[in-house]
Amino acid sequence: MKKRKNFFLFYLPFALLLVFIIFPYAWTFLTSLKNTSELYTKTVHYLPEMPTLNNYRFLFTNTDFIPSMLRSTLIATVTSCIAIIVSSMAGYAFSRYRFPGRDIALSGILLLYMFPQVLFLTPLFITFRNLHLLGSWVSLVIAYCTFTIPFAIWLMTGFMDEIPQEIEEAAKIDGASMPQLFLRVIIPLLKPGMVATGSYIFINSWNEYLYAVMFTSSETRTLPVSLFSFIGEYDVRWDMISAGGITAVIPVVLLFMLVQKHLVTGMTAGSVKG
Amino acid sequence: MTNSVQNVRKKRDYTPYIMLAPALLLICCIIIYPIFYAVFTSFQYYAMFDLANRRFVGLQNYIQVWHDDAFLASLSNTARWVIVTVSLQFLLGLILALILNQNFRFRGFLRSISLIPWVTPGVVIALMWMWMYNGNFGVLNDLLMRAGILGDKVAWLSNAHTALNAQILTMVWQGTPFFAIMILASLQSIPIDLYEAADVSGANIWQKFYYITWPHIFPTIVITSLLRIIWVFNNVEVLYLMTQGGPGYSSLTLSLNAYIEAQKSLNFGYGSTIAVYGTLIMILFMTFYLKFTRKNRER
Repeated sequence: MKKRKNFFLFYLPFALLLVFIIFPYAWTFLTSLKNTSELYTKTVHYLPEMPTLNNYRFLFTNTDFIPSMLRSTLIATVTSCIAIIVSSMAGYAFSRYRFPGRDIALSGILLLYMFPQVLFLTPLFITFRNLHLLGSWVSLVIAYCTFTIPFAIWLMTGFMDEIPQEIEEAAKIDGASMPQLFLRVIIPLLKPGMVATGSYIFINSWNEYLYAVMFTSSETRTLPVSLFSFIGEYDVRWDMISAGGITAVIPVVLLFMLVQKHLVTGMTAGSVKG
Repeated sequence: MTNSVQNVRKKRDYTPYIMLAPALLLICCIIIYPIFYAVFTSFQYYAMFDLANRRFVGLQNYIQVWHDDAFLASLSNTARWVIVTVSLQFLLGLILALILNQNFRFRGFLRSISLIPWVTPGVVIALMWMWMYNGNFGVLNDLLMRAGILGDKVAWLSNAHTALNAQILTMVWQGTPFFAIMILASLQSIPIDLYEAADVSGANIWQKFYYITWPHIFPTIVITSLLRIIWVFNNVEVLYLMTQGGPGYSSLTLSLNAYIEAQKSLNFGYGSTIAVYGTLIMILFMTFYLKFTRKNRER
């Protein structure tokens, strides 16, 4: 298998693709280490002359970045918990039982993926307004469930299919009741899948902007909303804005790296099988 | 015999329904109900700035869009946005997947690295690219001028000729990893002896790709492309953050138009109408796409 790789078919395209993918992050990171004055020179300075962490200090102490980050963490965590509980139960039903309406329900849930986010915007806004939920973090948890639950059910059904049925049958013969079976046998086996799905939901909720900007007020805004509002508030501080971008991306990247292998397996399983 | 059938009936298992109940209840309340509500709203004159005059107007909104310059401009932009973005994502994703399918050092690590754009917040994507595209101080102008490709600075996002293309490039960057992981998974399920047999009979690298790889990954490409087309069609985050459809209507897409009507103008009725049009277009497209590709696969 030790063949020498062709330069034009392997190394060159790979290097170009990697540069294309990594460059925006590298550039943002370099910008975040510069002084404001260094951004607005006649020719672009590639490396910061005097690298500084002042931008990060300013971001953490003078803006609402940290409170927004905590709010985003809360919303993303609650959304993940709800979606995981609901979707692992549904996944169990879809994977282990054949019942009337099963196929229609399963493909119907997949079809929901197709409906655009903008379609839900008006109904949710009006409903939240009537329920006096606008500006509250609860409204965002509900809104995020709309686009995470269908996908989570699909993922969890896939993860459930991978678990051999023999273990459950043995537990049933031993006289385990349904709740016992679910809590003691299924959940421990399903844990890696639940963690992967939960992380995916967390990442998507953490990243979301369009609902967040409409359903929050200036006191309750989430991380993406705060971050983007800096463009208006601190017009020329692209160094500080870059620091915010780098800080906002680190948690999701770390989380993704941890669950990446499992998540990718779960996501690709359905489509590869056909 | 009858006895046992009755027994089975009596013991009918309600477990799946109980397990499904929370999911179905939530889906009905927060997905199905809003869909119907949006369709209902689309037949109304319903604007936040003029609530007193809220009323049913029948098909008026649906007719009005065809006299609306913004809507008409958005149609061709949407076609370009979806077709160019998804084709390039596919092409680069395929190349990336073929590369990542080789054996080399740090493969796992580099694979994870190349997937990062896919989980990056839309706001951060917009910020990074806005700063790179900046007309006066952006790095893109500087690099292109140093390379002698560009004579003068271009304000990429505030120029009607470049605004949409610049954002297409950003979207290609964002979506390439998704294509790559789907195709990669499919590549890894190809039995290796097929290639060994091809080696024995002296096939070259292109023949191997054409006769073994491509037929095997084709179904995955069909499904992934469909998912991507739907996703890119519906996506408004980057466009909204970077140019809000401007300058003029030069980067306005259908979904973005619906979002701006609802979120900025608070014109709920009209915005819902545009969103319903978008949904109908996608349903139609999906039906044709699946029919066409199924026919092709059966051949």
